[in-house]
Amino acid sequence: MTAVEDRPGTDAPEREVGKARRRKEDARLITGRTTWTDNMVLPGMLHLAVVRSPVSHAKITAIDVSAAQQAPGVVAVYTGRDLADEQGSIPCAWPVTPDMVNPGHPSIAVDEVNHVGEAVAVIVARSKAAAADAIELVDVDYDVLPPVLDMEEAVAEGAQLTHDHLESNTSYHFVFDAGEAGTGTDTEQAFADAEVVVSRRFVNQRLIPAFMEPRSVVVQPQGDNYTMWSATQVPHILRVMLASVTGVPEHKLRIIAPDVGGGFGGKLQVNPEEVIALLLARRLGKPVKWTETRSESLMTAHHGRDQIQYIDVAADREGHVKGLRVRLLADMGAYLRLITPGVPALGAFMFPAIYKFPAYRFECDGVFTNKVPTDAYRGAGRPEATFAIERIMDELAVELGMDPLELRRKNWINAAEFPFTTVAGLEYDSGDYETATQQALELIGYDELRAEQQRRRESNDPVQLGIGFSTFTEMCGLAPSRVLGSLSFGAGGWEHASIRMLPTGKVEVVTGSTPHGQGHETAWSQLVADELGVPFEDVEVLHGDTAISTRGLDTYGSRSLVVGGTAVVKAAEKVVAKARKIAAHLLEASEDDLEFSGGKFSVRGTPGAELGIQEIALAVFAAHNYPEDVEPSIDADATFDPVNFSFPHGTHICAMEVDTETGMVKIRKYACVDDIGTIVNPLIVEGQVHGGLAQGIAQALFEEAVYDADGNLTTGSFVDYLVPSAADLPHFDTGNTVHAAPGNPIGAKGVGEAGCIASTPAVVNAALDAVRHLGVSDIRMPLTPERVWRALHQGGDGGDRATAGTNAYGGAQTESTAGVSTPASSLGGDR
Amino acid sequence: MIPAAFAYARPSTVDEALQAIAEGGDDVKIMAGGQSLIPVMRLRLAAPETVVDLTRVAELRGVRDDGDAIVIGAMTTHHDVMTDPLVLQHAPLIAEATETVADRQVRARGTFGGALAHADPAGDLPAVALALDADFVIAGLGGRRTVPASEFFVDYLTTALEEGELLVEIRVPKLAGEWGMRYEKFNRVAQAWSIVAVAAVVRREDGHIAEARIGLTNMGATPLRASAVEAALAGAQASPETIAEAARSAAEGTAPSSDLNAQADYREHLVQVLTRRAVTAAAGL
Amino acid sequence: MTQINVRVDGVTYTDDVEPRTLLVHYLREQLGKVGTVVGCDTSNCGACTVHLDGAAVKSCTVLAVQADGGEVTTIEGLAPEGGGLHPMQKAFHEMHGLQCGFCTPGMIMASVDLLKENPDPSETEVREGIEGNLCRCTGYQNIVRAVQQAAGEMRGSGNGHASPAEVDTAAAPHVAGAQQ
Repeated sequence: MTAVEDRPGTDAPEREVGKARRRKEDARLITGRTTWTDNMVLPGMLHLAVVRSPVSHAKITAIDVSAAQQAPGVVAVYTGRDLADEQGSIPCAWPVTPDMVNPGHPSIAVDEVNHVGEAVAVIVARSKAAAADAIELVDVDYDVLPPVLDMEEAVAEGAQLTHDHLESNTSYHFVFDAGEAGTGTDTEQAFADAEVVVSRRFVNQRLIPAFMEPRSVVVQPQGDNYTMWSATQVPHILRVMLASVTGVPEHKLRIIAPDVGGGFGGKLQVNPEEVIALLLARRLGKPVKWTETRSESLMTAHHGRDQIQYIDVAADREGHVKGLRVRLLADMGAYLRLITPGVPALGAFMFPAIYKFPAYRFECDGVFTNKVPTDAYRGAGRPEATFAIERIMDELAVELGMDPLELRRKNWINAAEFPFTTVAGLEYDSGDYETATQQALELIGYDELRAEQQRRRESNDPVQLGIGFSTFTEMCGLAPSRVLGSLSFGAGGWEHASIRMLPTGKVEVVTGSTPHGQGHETAWSQLVADELGVPFEDVEVLHGDTAISTRGLDTYGSRSLVVGGTAVVKAAEKVVAKARKIAAHLLEASEDDLEFSGGKFSVRGTPGAELGIQEIALAVFAAHNYPEDVEPSIDADATFDPVNFSFPHGTHICAMEVDTETGMVKIRKYACVDDIGTIVNPLIVEGQVHGGLAQGIAQALFEEAVYDADGNLTTGSFVDYLVPSAADLPHFDTGNTVHAAPGNPIGAKGVGEAGCIASTPAVVNAALDAVRHLGVSDIRMPLTPERVWRALHQGGDGGDRATAGTNAYGGAQTESTAGVSTPASSLGGDR
Repeated sequence: MIPAAFAYARPSTVDEALQAIAEGGDDVKIMAGGQSLIPVMRLRLAAPETVVDLTRVAELRGVRDDGDAIVIGAMTTHHDVMTDPLVLQHAPLIAEATETVADRQVRARGTFGGALAHADPAGDLPAVALALDADFVIAGLGGRRTVPASEFFVDYLTTALEEGELLVEIRVPKLAGEWGMRYEKFNRVAQAWSIVAVAAVVRREDGHIAEARIGLTNMGATPLRASAVEAALAGAQASPETIAEAARSAAEGTAPSSDLNAQADYREHLVQVLTRRAVTAAAGL
Repeated sequence: MTQINVRVDGVTYTDDVEPRTLLVHYLREQLGKVGTVVGCDTSNCGACTVHLDGAAVKSCTVLAVQADGGEVTTIEGLAPEGGGLHPMQKAFHEMHGLQCGFCTPGMIMASVDLLKENPDPSETEVREGIEGNLCRCTGYQNIVRAVQQAAGEMRGSGNGHASPAEVDTAAAPHVAGAQQ
């Protein structure tokens, strides 16, 4: 009996790794047969709506919920006081210093609110509409306090406090000093001895991850068990954290991340609403659902970036860098969420970038303000570092009168020097910056662009052209568990996989790395097809349900393929090893005489004596005939914990037109060559690069979370928070070099964040290159036309923007909760 | 978000619509294409008691030729306006500006009259109507009246429409002579409202600018005419230098707001650049 | 409550709706057409795009009562009857025009609508034609390729301007250290 179809007797099947396989995931996504959390409907399900604070800083003096309780369809209304004893605090997994101050983060405010949009009450109703209607019936009295909004003011002597029970607005002071760590020389001495020092203050503005699928959570109680569906990147982390916060035992909690519509770090969180939904499902014994509106999402889902960077670089006159000094103010927002304090600390190790600095010192203050907390956003710490270093390398080049690329070449690590231990103590694995740069220059047509730039300058053309570089690297493959331990991170960085060989020879791969758009189902199938010699189509990848994928650390930090994919490969190796024993037994041969290739074990020197691994799966299922000393199964698990990070790198070049009359900037051309190690699926890799570029370019040109003087988020809808459309972005010319990562058997380095990390400084450098001869040396991000114009005509960096929202929809910025009424349009117009 | 509950009326004639508005209670909103009203209601910035939906009022749709003017029904969608042969022939400026409004989907529902009656200072069509000296035909229970564009836009989101009245059609005069037109829009992303925009309509005669009409978008609470520029251009030589010189007074008499995208002084600068560009293009230079 | 009759993806429904019910909520909650999604409150993102009486509209900015007597096509009814995929769906798959897939239904419906008016759009025309749909994952380049690919197929030439994403890893310089 065989249930395995015969395949044509070809030689070894074509290798899957490296093939541009079309994605398995697409079938349901292009036909609308999706399983977004908000699709979920359960019998008796109740709907939650959150009443949110319209003020940024206040004591709550009274809450009257009586009118809301009596509203049609309303089942119950809860305040923070009602849940105070069971809600605990949103966990922070990364105490970056032993004395870090954590004010605690209630899911619903009890006595005070610390940012606009903070939850103050929750409506439970029979329908979504009834819940929404009751929001405006909750009457909250606030004793308003002055908000803390500006980081530089917040750390000054005698500053207004964000939390009046704390002594200051500083959460922590984190220091990495290469001299003290023994990885570099004395930084102060390096600066004292330097011939040239360039110092800058850069602002890395606050951003909003703005994943397309709004957050949503459904909880179903079943006795003392709970199943939670959530639009999360991290079902495994969410499970352990929710158990510790709410006291629901971990083994009574099952988390399912169904189809998840993007995350970008924004869904790497334990959200207040997830805690609330679990607590209320427990109280009410009924299934509950919460789905946010876009306004809620922009206002209350965690933000990203938001650093003020003071950076000094020391060099000699010939352009050899001698030292780097970085001091950051990093905005935590009002509270510490999952890895809020760790994001800037992660960046600490990336400021030296690809350059051979002998001395380096990094200091960072985590600062509380009355804004929504910050946390991971695509790149998390590394885009900030890359921006600062790539910007100041250009400034140093200007100071030295040197070509920016020549300065970089002079200081970067040469291909022959890998592996290279940096001044930050990281061991860079592999790469060749020169080759990537050469290819990128060719891709963009560099010489022609420089000639055009020259022509435009000479003719004093109102539209000037600039070319900007970013020669970046990043640390990926998060992360070696021991390193995380040394940084006081509250978890490891391993990943888990298991492979189940089904009786018919089909293969189930269970991964602990939970995807939300990255294409794991496809890439993992390619890996397994190669390892086991089974058809790509015979592999099914399971994920995102803690009852199925029991161990895992999920998806972020460009880790999935590097760590999770390696776990899959390791599990496959174990499957083959187990199958080898069965094969030897069935073929009556010695294990040592067996060769495994193309999915078949064959006996060396005995033509025709062979057995496919899929046949072996059936044989162990039947278990009629197998060796005495093994179990009747060839399934296997593996957990992979990397020894080192991986270090993708690349050269990004942007050509930018600047209309000097209006300040409008427009990307003329963008080219990049990335080295992300071995490429498993070039189609997916290219897609990841494109998407990252779009987000990195958007930071440079479009996006900023703006708060007004009262702490209202004025970019509270997509009208004012500008996520670019297809019409706003250029065509990208992308390429790759391949230097396999030595730290994992796949050779992959990680690609999820590369485009986002690298592109931002290339774009800003390009704009500056266009107008530097007109006296401009910095422009704050995003490069709004107004800022560019001001920098050109008034000097400085373009300054602050006005904080009022635009008057679109009659000034429809979401300034507080639902139910706000302003004298809007008198007639229902059509834009 | 879900709008607050409201009563809904769906008339099929103008008379029925006026009746429904009269009977709708204290807070009636007239819904044209709904492409601004529905978002505002979803955000609960508006929670009308009654919504009178004009979608089925067929007599308000379409463009017709009426001798010395083309007449655009208030409920003609942006898509239909943009592609209408009469509009393209006699008022291409309207088509050009309408193409820049929002996006395809919004243009499929949104209407010419709705956008004008909404009178959003950042909306593109009011300044165009102003530059073209359009007339607004308004119906009420007591009959119809016509208001020139110069009197239609009263204040921020406020027009000459009285309570109980309805904008039914817009008469756009046909222009005699050699006219050029240009809508110069400035915004940061494709689907956004104008930060500033300039609608220029220029009649050339023998190498001179015989007449220029210039409408400004988002330079104040209402759309404005750049009267000083118009005066400077009247009869002037059609040269880049003259136009540039005249455009320098484009900000005269304006009162732009300051917001995320632009502070007032920057808008005052922008309007000069955009006026120069719009007039230059409209003058065929 | 108001009674409406709507034909959605080829099936006629008669339902009572509140006037305030948005078309997208009607589709999702009353008809179970959850393929169409809601991504924003302000008509910016286009994730909810469906065809109403032959034109692409944002179903979050149309009331369900306004679809009374009308014909709606969602992503779930786009494919030809009897199975298979619409050329646009096929092209999105082929060109890797999606990642998380949340914007995809709206993006596909908007793109189909664009091709009705412009069967052979340039890259710029495609970019401008889908300006009302936001995608956070793809950077749009492969979406643009997909739309042009589908345009080619729908015009009957079998291929559009676009060539499949070309990333030739075999040609990339492999360097010592590769283990496989």
